[in-house]
Amino acid sequence: MNSNYWNWDTFLEALPIVLKGLGITIGLTFTCFFFALLFGFVWTFLRRIPNKPLNWIITWTMEFIRSTPPLVQLFFIFYAWPMIPGIGVTLSPFTSAVIGLGIHFSTYIGEIYRSGIESVDKGQWEAAKALNFSTVDKWRRIILPQALPPTIPMLGNYFIIMFKEVPLASTIGVAGILLMANTYGAQNWAYLEPLTIVGIIFLLLSYPSAILIKRLEIKLNTRFDKKATLENMKKGAMM
Amino acid sequence: MNISAIIDIFPQLLKGLGVTVTVLIASALIAYLMAFIAGLCRLSNHIVIRKVTGFYVEVFRGTSLIVQLFWLYYAIPMLFGIQLGSNWWAGVIAIGLNYGAYLSEVVRGSIQSVAKGQTEAAIALNMSRFQRMRLIIFPQAVRMMLPEFGNYTIQMLKGTALVSLIGLKDVLYYGDIMRSTNLSQAPLIYLLVLVLYFILALPLIWLTRKGESISKKGVASG
Repeated sequence: MNSNYWNWDTFLEALPIVLKGLGITIGLTFTCFFFALLFGFVWTFLRRIPNKPLNWIITWTMEFIRSTPPLVQLFFIFYAWPMIPGIGVTLSPFTSAVIGLGIHFSTYIGEIYRSGIESVDKGQWEAAKALNFSTVDKWRRIILPQALPPTIPMLGNYFIIMFKEVPLASTIGVAGILLMANTYGAQNWAYLEPLTIVGIIFLLLSYPSAILIKRLEIKLNTRFDKKATLENMKKGAMM
Repeated sequence: MNISAIIDIFPQLLKGLGVTVTVLIASALIAYLMAFIAGLCRLSNHIVIRKVTGFYVEVFRGTSLIVQLFWLYYAIPMLFGIQLGSNWWAGVIAIGLNYGAYLSEVVRGSIQSVAKGQTEAAIALNMSRFQRMRLIIFPQAVRMMLPEFGNYTIQMLKGTALVSLIGLKDVLYYGDIMRSTNLSQAPLIYLLVLVLYFILALPLIWLTRKGESISKKGVASG
């Protein structure tokens, strides 16, 4: 096939150029996700502070960040932050993207942690108290080891969602695959081939990851279910 | 931050409100329509229909909205030699097809999660396949879908900000224009843009919560 609209030569020429951005796209995804995982804890613990007005403020701040466009948040960090008197500093596009997307997704991740923590049995909290665990030990040795593993598949799904949001960073100049494709397109007035390559790369990476996470989810579910059934059996035997 | 600057900026941003809202409504309608078409097609007995819709869903869920938007914007006129009419349509179709794919999974999942006994009871009552769907399965499944439809509509609102990248004059577009002429005002401008999007999101957040309570109640108590 060699029409005016689709040209295999262009495709082959654009392929190595677009692939040059792949390292940055993947690197940015991991860095943003790491930041979101860390910052998610901040939200989770801020929300646990037993103070009504503060709790209300935190809840609505999270809601605000979650329901406004990440693109605008990126622009805010990149263009507006340096202009704020006193605290403003100029950030590189990469750092801006890490902070912008990281904070945006941390509000989702914080909610996932919360659901994990809330699903820990009440008896576990009481046991920690009865055994005179310090607050740090209680969280480190009892609550988090039980709360976090079941959230892994959900976190994995957010990792894939984040991977697909990372090309937003091309708008502030992060040279990932999308910016590479757009630059190639502008120079050669051929957008179709490079953009198709970007689409294929995303599909090739995200679809298998999604299947992998689905498998992990099934595996984890059966593991936790098995544990639960075993415990029930024990209870039954004791009675 | 002073009041007079806010009074200057806010009306400028409101000029883009019409585009943001119409893009949201139009793309939401396309997304809802695609959700039901694709969701039902994936439950079809016909393997070809299942595979074709499966392909649509996985392609749109597997790639980014921003990539799809650019692809449609540049590719459709080039590939087929037709102009889509305007950028407005490229934006609406991209957002509509993207979230239609996500929502079709919600539709499929909800229909599948209606208890099997319901179908069996409907068969026992001698209902046709269509009657079963319309009278028994659907009323129960739709309630389950409501919260996710609300959530994805908020996602769509966030997605509409992308149309400024293909030259549509939405809220963000006017914000960018003002920023480029007055860099020192950038913090206030983008803060107001965010606030405006949040004001638009508030009714959707409220509807989503309403949807959650309806879906929890179920059919019998309604």
